[in-house]
Amino acid sequence: MIWSSAAEFWAMGGYGDYVWGSMGVSLVLLALEVLTTHMGRRQALDAVCEAMEADTEEVHDEQQRVHASLGPARMNPLSSGASS
Amino acid sequence: MKLFHYAAPHNFYHLAGRLWPWLALVASALAVAGLWTGFMVAPSDAQQGQAYRIIYIHVPVSWMAMLIYLAMAFWSVLGLAFQTRLSGLMTRALAPTGALMAFLSLWTGALWGKPMWGTYWVWDARLTSMLILLFLYLGYIALTSAIEDPRRSDRAGALLAVVGSVNVPIIYFSVQWWNTLHQGASVSFTQSPRMASVMLTGMLLMSLAMWLYAVAMALRRVRSLILVRDSHAAWVQQLPEVLALRALRSAA
Amino acid sequence: MSAQALPNPWQAMAGVLQRDLRLALRRKAEWLGAVFFFVVVVALFPLAIGPEPDTLRLIGPGVLWVAALLASMLSLGRLFEADHLDGSLEQLALSAAPLSWLVVAKLGAHWLISGLPLVLLSPILGLQFGLGPEALGLLALTLLIGTPVLSLLGAIGAALTLGVRGGGVLQSLLLLPLYVPVLVFGTGAVDAQMRGLGAQAHVSVLLALLLAAAALSPWACAAALRLALE
Repeated sequence: MIWSSAAEFWAMGGYGDYVWGSMGVSLVLLALEVLTTHMGRRQALDAVCEAMEADTEEVHDEQQRVHASLGPARMNPLSSGASS
Repeated sequence: MKLFHYAAPHNFYHLAGRLWPWLALVASALAVAGLWTGFMVAPSDAQQGQAYRIIYIHVPVSWMAMLIYLAMAFWSVLGLAFQTRLSGLMTRALAPTGALMAFLSLWTGALWGKPMWGTYWVWDARLTSMLILLFLYLGYIALTSAIEDPRRSDRAGALLAVVGSVNVPIIYFSVQWWNTLHQGASVSFTQSPRMASVMLTGMLLMSLAMWLYAVAMALRRVRSLILVRDSHAAWVQQLPEVLALRALRSAA
Repeated sequence: MSAQALPNPWQAMAGVLQRDLRLALRRKAEWLGAVFFFVVVVALFPLAIGPEPDTLRLIGPGVLWVAALLASMLSLGRLFEADHLDGSLEQLALSAAPLSWLVVAKLGAHWLISGLPLVLLSPILGLQFGLGPEALGLLALTLLIGTPVLSLLGAIGAALTLGVRGGGVLQSLLLLPLYVPVLVFGTGAVDAQMRGLGAQAHVSVLLALLLAAAALSPWACAAALRLALE
């Protein structure tokens, strides 16, 4: 072991501030990057769910329009809750 | 051909999903090994004492900053030539990591410079070129964020990346020229400590670790980009993770 | 026009050049603004830094070059914006002549209106910094070679950001890294000459940059413009 004590390790021959300033900031920012990519995935999955909801709304609206145009008395095969 | 199979976002999504955890794992192992070698095994430097140890982070991030930009240019050329959508997405996924690497290079470089040469910033060729490279990254990110149409955004970004990459060697050359002309006033950061083989080992381990880390991050990011870009596609909407989230949301 | 044979590209270029020049001469206020900006910025520096002749002589070439660079960036807004808004840019893209050639013609007109005045004014403004006649001549030469490069590179930025919100600031961010080599060699030439080292090498590099930009830029601009027009 090249260090005779923990204190010596942290001091880095008097350059402790610079060495640990470099290593510390690098570690923090890289960790932040890992975190933001993780959050990015959550946001992406949320966006997909929202897109799906928008899609089903569109399909639903389309079905309503078809119902309305065909008139209330007609039996309509589309009328059974086919929203997926 | 196998390669073009993965050019489809659908297939690449799954490939990237399988790859990135392994890359992250190996990167972590290499980083531990590299830091151990650098901080616990390698001796102090004759001229720079313990402060030289900053190179174990400074050199890897500097190399990555340059390598990632080259990778962006490579993907951009592919995208412009073959019109593949994945190329634009990969370029975008790489940019934030590249910008971070460039910033860390400047930060660690400044903190190395202060104890060694008495000043946080020096207009030497490498630092100045790295600063400009950071601007190139930020410019790419700004441009692609500002354009709303995805296709135009991807292609404009690709053009910018290609033009920028042609410029990088020119910029470096010009800054080096400028630096030597004004030699009297400036101090050069290009003097690195003479490398004992242990030091070199540590540096190489850290560089490899950074590289794998960068690839892992880019793969993670591109997966999210693919999800958003293809959010109306059937294959996305039927993914297990999406269905799981939907179930969670409707239960809430 | 449609009944005749296709006009050859040279005629098309000449047509675009003439049109742009005529339009610019009608809207003098636009390009005079950039020239005025150049003059004012150059005058601000001695006021800010002090009248010390030695200091001014040192910073003179740099100040003039940076001012020219900024004025050039300012004037880029006029390059494609107006044509894009009134639809004539689309017409240019649809014409039989290659778009990259027509871009060269537009850039030629743009430089004649926005770049050349700066070159011609620079010796006069350089006197404010106490530069000698050789330095002034060389400064004008570097600007003569350099301002077209700035226009060529700037056009890429303008084309990429055409119609994008926040375009002006974004354009500057994109262009500054690209402008650095031109700036370094332009001012380096005058510096080298002032130190008695001779400026041939710098001027040669500037010429090389001009050739490279002339080769690369029209293609990149045309590609970027087509993107903007989709």
